[in-house]
Amino acid sequence: MGTERKVNNRRKFFQTSAALVGGTLLYALIKPFEALAQPKEEEIKTDQANLALWGMGVDLEKCIGCGKCAEACKIENKVPKEPFYFRTWVEQYTVKNDGTVKIESPNGGIGGLKQSVPDEEIFKSFMVPKLCNHCTKAPCVQACPVGATYISPDGVVLVDETYCIGCSYCIQACPYGARFMNPITKVADKCTFCYHRISEGLQPACVEVCPTDARIFGDLRDKESDLVKFLQVNPTQVLKPHLNTHSRVFYNALSSEVK
Amino acid sequence: MEEHYKHLYEALSQVDGYIYPNEIDLHWGLMIVLYPYITGLVAGAFILASLERVFNVKVLKPTYGLALLTALSFLLVATLPLVSHLRHPLRAYEILMTPNPTSAMAIFGFVYLWYLMVVLLLEIWFDYRLDFVLWSKKSTGFKKFFYRTITLGINDTDKKSAKLDDKLGYFITLIGIPSAFLLHGYVGFIFGSIKANPWWSTVLMPVIFLFSAMVSGIALVMVIYMVVSWFRKVEIDMPCLDTIAKYLFYILIIDFTLESLDQIHRIYEAEESFDIIKVLVSGKLNITLLIMQVLLGTIIPLIVIGIFQVYKPDEKIRKFSYFFVGILVLIGIFFMRWNVVIGGQLFSKSLSGFTSFKAVYSGLEGYVMAAVWLIVPLLILTFLLWLMPPWKKVTTHE
Repeated sequence: MGTERKVNNRRKFFQTSAALVGGTLLYALIKPFEALAQPKEEEIKTDQANLALWGMGVDLEKCIGCGKCAEACKIENKVPKEPFYFRTWVEQYTVKNDGTVKIESPNGGIGGLKQSVPDEEIFKSFMVPKLCNHCTKAPCVQACPVGATYISPDGVVLVDETYCIGCSYCIQACPYGARFMNPITKVADKCTFCYHRISEGLQPACVEVCPTDARIFGDLRDKESDLVKFLQVNPTQVLKPHLNTHSRVFYNALSSEVK
Repeated sequence: MEEHYKHLYEALSQVDGYIYPNEIDLHWGLMIVLYPYITGLVAGAFILASLERVFNVKVLKPTYGLALLTALSFLLVATLPLVSHLRHPLRAYEILMTPNPTSAMAIFGFVYLWYLMVVLLLEIWFDYRLDFVLWSKKSTGFKKFFYRTITLGINDTDKKSAKLDDKLGYFITLIGIPSAFLLHGYVGFIFGSIKANPWWSTVLMPVIFLFSAMVSGIALVMVIYMVVSWFRKVEIDMPCLDTIAKYLFYILIIDFTLESLDQIHRIYEAEESFDIIKVLVSGKLNITLLIMQVLLGTIIPLIVIGIFQVYKPDEKIRKFSYFFVGILVLIGIFFMRWNVVIGGQLFSKSLSGFTSFKAVYSGLEGYVMAAVWLIVPLLILTFLLWLMPPWKKVTTHE
């Protein structure tokens, strides 16, 4: 009698524990789905209203493809020198008379881009600086499994180097090829708008060195800023608008060939 | 590091067209090919086991236990290639500690644990509990210790307790089916939800992953069943084998239809990305996609098993063909994963050019390591079959 009761109790205990563990796991399983939609867009809260919302304008009519921006970025941010790692780079587009498009960006444009197509074959040519678009609905932020990449309150997409596990999912998720795996730190790396500089009231390195002022950096909330004025007077466009990432890098004179 | 740079310079010289400069370094290699492959085998093997238990396909009984143990062996290894590919593997636990709720990848840890802890381990435990009790009385040494420990002190051998085991086991299998669907459909979602990549971004991806998982898992259990019977020197149960092959045939048809639908849809819609995908399929992927995946992995198996549905040749021929077809299907699904994972990274998101993939032999991402991750589950399975052979079970569920 006694033994039987004991055994039954044990069994009951086991069943209850199994139910508890199962329930907890089930809850843990369902919980993360709560917010499976897009990451919440940052709404302007009262305490954030005074913060800047950083963005950049790129005036393609002014870019001469000298590559100084890409070079300055590498120096400023200690990006490895090898030609596989760029926080910003410059592409040279050449539309030929036969309608084909040649795109080049040897070493990201560092050292200056040179035309490789003979003059008589060229219909038109232009330069396009690229960088992280600091998307409002950033696919990389959505994808990061641990939340190591995030949007700062002032609108800059950043990576927490001490937290990134190096899975590369964000790199896969970025439609612009703006991220890379840093071979030294072994974490995802990208443009930060030189966050260490802009926090001190300075301009990002690429903007600082641009000899033709083709890059305009500023606060999208400040109606007096150069950036807002640039957006006001120029018909600007973002890259890959169909992906609905709500990018904060705006291009003037963007041609349809640009991908 | 130098080796890596050398490798990248070589890739740089082979770039075709224009790719973004950061795209020369391919981020997901063989390990990420293995990850959906192995989880797929798990999900497929489990579904085969459920066919017998829940859908009452009694003829599959000889493979029930084998399928469950196969699923467990592969599931135990499933996360290892994933973790080993991380640049900071020691931080992997952060996925469980602070998962980002919007990340498709973050949920994997939970789906995995749910599946391992709640579904597979519990189901196997309920299936074996009474046997553990009985075996513990007869065996000695490590086996005795293991059996006694694993019963968790629940040593009832009466009919009532056996019935309860059976009932709970059945209930868990019932939960297990949607869980297996979740496990692998979800792996498909990791790829299918990447809108930046037109080769991955299709709503069909989770469904395709699910059906290809079933195909590969069923093929795996079929092959393992034949090999195990051969080792045990017992007759293969032909009705059982024929039935497995029949299911393989039907599910392979669904899988092939879905994948074809996906491609036809791409061709017909011919969106912006179509031009580059056309070149990808006919160029860089022609061998792995058209030959390995479609011809060897799908069409030949379909023809062979298809013929057997109307005309049944001699047992010997059938056995040989099933074995051959099973291996072909397993190779085909491996290349299906390859075509998704590697194929999706071969073309630039600028849609203007291609990079190349060169796998290495050594290192954590190399062929040798990949072979290890495929052999380890088989060793685990061998151990499990020695420890808890399904054919020596005293009790079987109703």
